[in-house]
Amino acid sequence: MEFIQLIIGGVANGCVYGLIALGFVLIYKSSEGVNFAQGDMMMLGAFVALGFVNDDYFGLAFLPGIILACIVMGGVGYSMDRFVVRKIFGQPQFALVILTIAIGFVLRFVAGAIWGYSPLVLETPYAGLTFAFGGLIISAEDAVTILATILLTAVLWYFFAFTRIGLATQAASQNQLSAYYMGIPVKFLNSLIWGLSGIVATIAGVLAASKGTIDPNLGLIGIKAFAAAVIGGFGSLPGALAGGLIIGVIEPIAARYGPAGVSQTAPYVFMLLVLILRPAGLFSQITAKKV
Amino acid sequence: MSLLEVRDLSIAFGGLKAVDGLSFDVAEGEVFTLVGPNGAGKSTIFNMISRFYEPTEGKIFFDGEEITHLPAHKIAELGIARTFQNIELFDHSTVLSNLLMGRHVHRKTQVIQDLLFTRKARADERSHRRRVEEVITFLELEAHRDSLIAGLPYGVRKVVEIGRALAIGPKLLLLDEPASGLSVEETRDVAFWIEDMKREMGLTILMIEHDMGLVSAVSDRVLAVADGKFLAQGTASEVQSHPDVIEAYLGTGVNGEPELKKEEAGA
Repeated sequence: MEFIQLIIGGVANGCVYGLIALGFVLIYKSSEGVNFAQGDMMMLGAFVALGFVNDDYFGLAFLPGIILACIVMGGVGYSMDRFVVRKIFGQPQFALVILTIAIGFVLRFVAGAIWGYSPLVLETPYAGLTFAFGGLIISAEDAVTILATILLTAVLWYFFAFTRIGLATQAASQNQLSAYYMGIPVKFLNSLIWGLSGIVATIAGVLAASKGTIDPNLGLIGIKAFAAAVIGGFGSLPGALAGGLIIGVIEPIAARYGPAGVSQTAPYVFMLLVLILRPAGLFSQITAKKV
Repeated sequence: MSLLEVRDLSIAFGGLKAVDGLSFDVAEGEVFTLVGPNGAGKSTIFNMISRFYEPTEGKIFFDGEEITHLPAHKIAELGIARTFQNIELFDHSTVLSNLLMGRHVHRKTQVIQDLLFTRKARADERSHRRRVEEVITFLELEAHRDSLIAGLPYGVRKVVEIGRALAIGPKLLLLDEPASGLSVEETRDVAFWIEDMKREMGLTILMIEHDMGLVSAVSDRVLAVADGKFLAQGTASEVQSHPDVIEAYLGTGVNGEPELKKEEAGA
């Protein structure tokens, strides 16, 4: 029973890692580079949501506040690509790496300047609620996190698999050149994907914030999410979520049954194992080029 | 009337003039072929017409409308489709998905209609699927309909790319070396299809091709270019026997003798 309890907590944490990893993969597939500011976008999304929702700031109702935060952060993500990232199109990959690391620093500074550096709490309508099932106790935060992740995943899957624009996005990520000649506005779609990953980051941020506190360094869990994306095989959306869940579950188990301190390193050890045993990741779609 | 008009087209990469003041017209319903030695600028001309490269000078008109500065993703809507020398397909998707992607510009449904799969979205999907099935039947791709591109042999992928371009429903089809890397039988199939596209579908085709057998078999007119400049234009046999064309392919010695013969004589 204790083990199941651990797993549930782990899955809830894993959902947050998985959603951030999803943001990494979305951008990797559209811009062929890694957005190292993904964690910081999550942090900023959490702060923007807090700004709309908390009584000290705008004090809106919870759900409208979150939706507004998603719209704002969607705009931030879109603009980041439209006005900054697109300018370095055609440069080597490390240009995007350095650029997004720098953007991450800027976002942390902006958040610190507006909301301060001491931890804040996002006011949620379900704070402190718990459900008991037999011997299990599930906090409302964990339940909301898991449900929201399932819902968001379903919506995203539906979007990419069945809508005209979602299919066009998939086409562009498989072959940009020929996507142009199908009449697909590739650059615009890339910006749209950055906007989408801003929205996903915001939802991840709200879920992470509801389980603890927010400060400008919240984005550092982006590094763990990066490991999740690597485990999933960078480039696979289901893989990113699965990688997140794996890391989320490994942590509490390592903390409970392993020696002190192991829980911090266990996710990365697992990532190294995956890289050694299955270098393309667990859910890789990348195939070796035939010659 | 000319469907495609190219006027004084030039492009320079740094100091190199890859295409230099080239003009030609492609009439509606004809097969027009560009030939020339490697590096003559043929693919560069294609890339300017399909709006991948920005010309430094000159103008391009399609169907009476200037398209010189149109973004690349706008030309499919006008009715121009193209294939690539090195096959550019959506490799992790099936043949069917690739062909359906060709229908993208004709899809008019909104995200919400797609998500709810409304009556209009269903009708739309059926009509696109019908169009794609016509293409599959025409190119005899039935056996490969649900295969992933990545696993298909080169010759089939080459045909799928033509199919995807046809699915767009173009007026003008740009074929960049449709027979390169194909076997003799496959090349013969391509020749038949090009004939049918012209006769039955009423397509206009602008093609780059090195296989002179295919060029002679299907081309109404041939334009030879070398060093980005006009060399000769006419029927396939006229162009092939044109002295400037022979010179461009073989080079000329001091006495006006082709260099190849001179070397052979010396050896």
